Amino acid sequence: MSTSLWQKHWILERNSILLLIGILVVIAIGGLVEVVPLFYLKSTIETADGMRPYTPLELAGRNIYVSEGCYLCHSQMIRALRDEVERYGHYSLAAESEYDHPFQWGSKRNGPDLARVGGKYSDDWHRDHLNNPRAVVAGSIMPSYPWLFTTDLDYAHIAEDMKVQSLLGVPYTDEMIANALADVRTQATIDAPDAAALARRYPKAQARDFDGDPTRITQADALIAYLQMLGTLVDFKLYDDKANIR
Amino acid sequence: MTLGEGGLAAALTVLAFVSIVIAAKAYTPEYAFHAYLFAAASVAAVFAIVNRYFERSAEAPPLEIDGKPNYNMGPIKLATLLAVFWGIAGMTVGLWIALELAYPALNFDLSYISFGRLRPLHTSAVIFAFGGNVLLATSLYVVQRTCRARLVGDLAPWFVILGYNFFIVIAGTGYLLGITQSKEYAEPEWYADLWLTIVWVVYLLIYLGTIMRRKEPHIYVANWFYLAFILTIAVLHVGNNAAVPVSLFSSKSYIVWAGVQDAMVQWWYGHNAVGFFLTAGFLGIVYYFIPKRAERPVYSYRLSIIHFWALIFLYIWAGPHHLHYTALPDWTQTLGMTFSIMLWMPSWGGMINGLMTLSGAWDKLRTDPVLRMMVLAVAFYGMATFEGPVMSVRDVNSLSHYTDWTIGHVHSGALGWVGFISFGAIYCLVPWLWNRPLYSLRLVSWHFWIATIGIVVYITSMWVSGILQGLMWRSYTNLGFLEYSFIESVQAMHPFYVIRALGGSLFLLGALIMAFNVWRTIYPRAAVVPVAGLAPAE
Repeated sequence: MSTSLWQKHWILERNSILLLIGILVVIAIGGLVEVVPLFYLKSTIETADGMRPYTPLELAGRNIYVSEGCYLCHSQMIRALRDEVERYGHYSLAAESEYDHPFQWGSKRNGPDLARVGGKYSDDWHRDHLNNPRAVVAGSIMPSYPWLFTTDLDYAHIAEDMKVQSLLGVPYTDEMIANALADVRTQATIDAPDAAALARRYPKAQARDFDGDPTRITQADALIAYLQMLGTLVDFKLYDDKANIR
Repeated sequence: MTLGEGGLAAALTVLAFVSIVIAAKAYTPEYAFHAYLFAAASVAAVFAIVNRYFERSAEAPPLEIDGKPNYNMGPIKLATLLAVFWGIAGMTVGLWIALELAYPALNFDLSYISFGRLRPLHTSAVIFAFGGNVLLATSLYVVQRTCRARLVGDLAPWFVILGYNFFIVIAGTGYLLGITQSKEYAEPEWYADLWLTIVWVVYLLIYLGTIMRRKEPHIYVANWFYLAFILTIAVLHVGNNAAVPVSLFSSKSYIVWAGVQDAMVQWWYGHNAVGFFLTAGFLGIVYYFIPKRAERPVYSYRLSIIHFWALIFLYIWAGPHHLHYTALPDWTQTLGMTFSIMLWMPSWGGMINGLMTLSGAWDKLRTDPVLRMMVLAVAFYGMATFEGPVMSVRDVNSLSHYTDWTIGHVHSGALGWVGFISFGAIYCLVPWLWNRPLYSLRLVSWHFWIATIGIVVYITSMWVSGILQGLMWRSYTNLGFLEYSFIESVQAMHPFYVIRALGGSLFLLGALIMAFNVWRTIYPRAAVVPVAGLAPAE
């Protein structure tokens, strides 16, 4: 019996197309079983109040976070382990990254997790820290990012970014897209007259001059605005863990 | 002019014009720079095609000469030399970023060389530029030899080698300029991904076409592995990079997947870049180069069959072990862990098949440093594929994840397994391709020992630092408070980062010795008598 079974393998060894199809079938199974259900099983993403799309300034800041490779040293995923929850806060929910194209969970902590860094430090601290991390954290090995403060933010096309995101399922409204440029300026200005409209479109959006230079909108404005909102959208005083046991 | 020459020249001319238009209207100067690179490369390629047309003889090169296959080795020679070049470049960048972690002043406050931009340059250069060129060179060599057939296509093999390396240039310069989509090991943006897709499909077609042209009834086992590597990487690349660009004139795109699904797709890709690029492809090298060098047949044909199908079936499930205790559902994590543990078996089956091929030829380990290098590579493969399943267990992973232990694990595979099997293949290929003896076996021996010591220094320092880091993060005082602040764990890493850089520099030194040896082999100082090369049909 065994000889004949081994000889059946000859069919694949003698026909390159059958071999190719065989490989394709065998490698497809695992991926399909693990990936596809995540798109339709409702339990995959919890219900959590407070999630909203990024404001245009936060989105621009997130793009700088991506572009500088921050994710290579900082995770944004607090695991459900006692020490992590005590160090960083409530464990991360799937809902908290549901609008993240792409996700920024990271895989390595050369620096601490940033999933809930929003509001933990002042803007001043972030300015000093980004300019020279060792000025505020002795022994830090993070690079300095002085160019963020001298490079103007390029946000001329940010509405196009939002349009693409809405195409991919992020709930940006037409109103949000139409006001994109104005919203960038409003959010980067202290006591801006349109701050109320911005906060209506994007609840909990913080509007102020993040980089300490009111004369211009720099990359640092956007990045600090992004850092200061991380993990602040879901209110964990109201969130019910038990309701979402998966 | 043939249809292929005319068609390719026309397509590249169109590409050059489109690139110039894009460059003129690009949203950022960085993207314009890339568009100009595309235009310049296309123009240079058209020029080369026309030039070649006037130089070449009227009829196409014969498939056979005197009844023996007329192999096409030109593109393979180029890929072999590029592998040596990129290997040294990628390892140098690796050493530099290792030093940046030990001495952050080395970032020099310059955007282009800050750690976050250089790290993907290092990983892409060693995996895709060095490893990729080794795979291109060896696969196109092995498929011709084992099928006893000339490579399919006239310009196509050159297009694959040059097009692939152009992709590397776009990817690498992009990272330095801040162009990345942040998907680990798939950082290049949409236009680079599209270009790679075209190149990769041509690669698959010439590979498959050459197999179809074979004179042997059976497809040799090394080709199964290469075929699985080429096909699966195509599937993974397309699935993980699915993205919508902001505009034709913008380098920026957004990945179609989001959050938890994106995380799953990313590690489905990421772990199988390890499984199919860094494992299946290099197992193709094991199944051809080790038997050839040892002059012994593959140990077990049946083990090859089981090894092959079990490996490719199980590997694809292993991705979720990168996401233990995260917001990925538990059922997916459990599947990922279970299959990762099962994966130990086919991995060791492959290791046994490779090592036992030396039955009756173990004495060669004393006399042939090239064979010794390849055998140690298989041993490192066995070690790394044991460590991997251990780290995929949830409880172990809760300690190891996010720490340097992962970095150490990756490097025992990357330096020990992929690095050594690649060096071994290069030491075999260069004499075969250029038809002359290797300049110095003594230097190979030096390379072997220096690099081995480097690897041991590297991985042990990362074990210690990773486990220390993990334990410090979860350490509590008697009163129930976290004992260490995060920065204390960072400061504790410093000595290990210095030791790791020392290990890395030894490994780089070994590669430089290899480059010298390859150079001297191809350009000897005194005229050497060419050895009788392998007969074409061998």
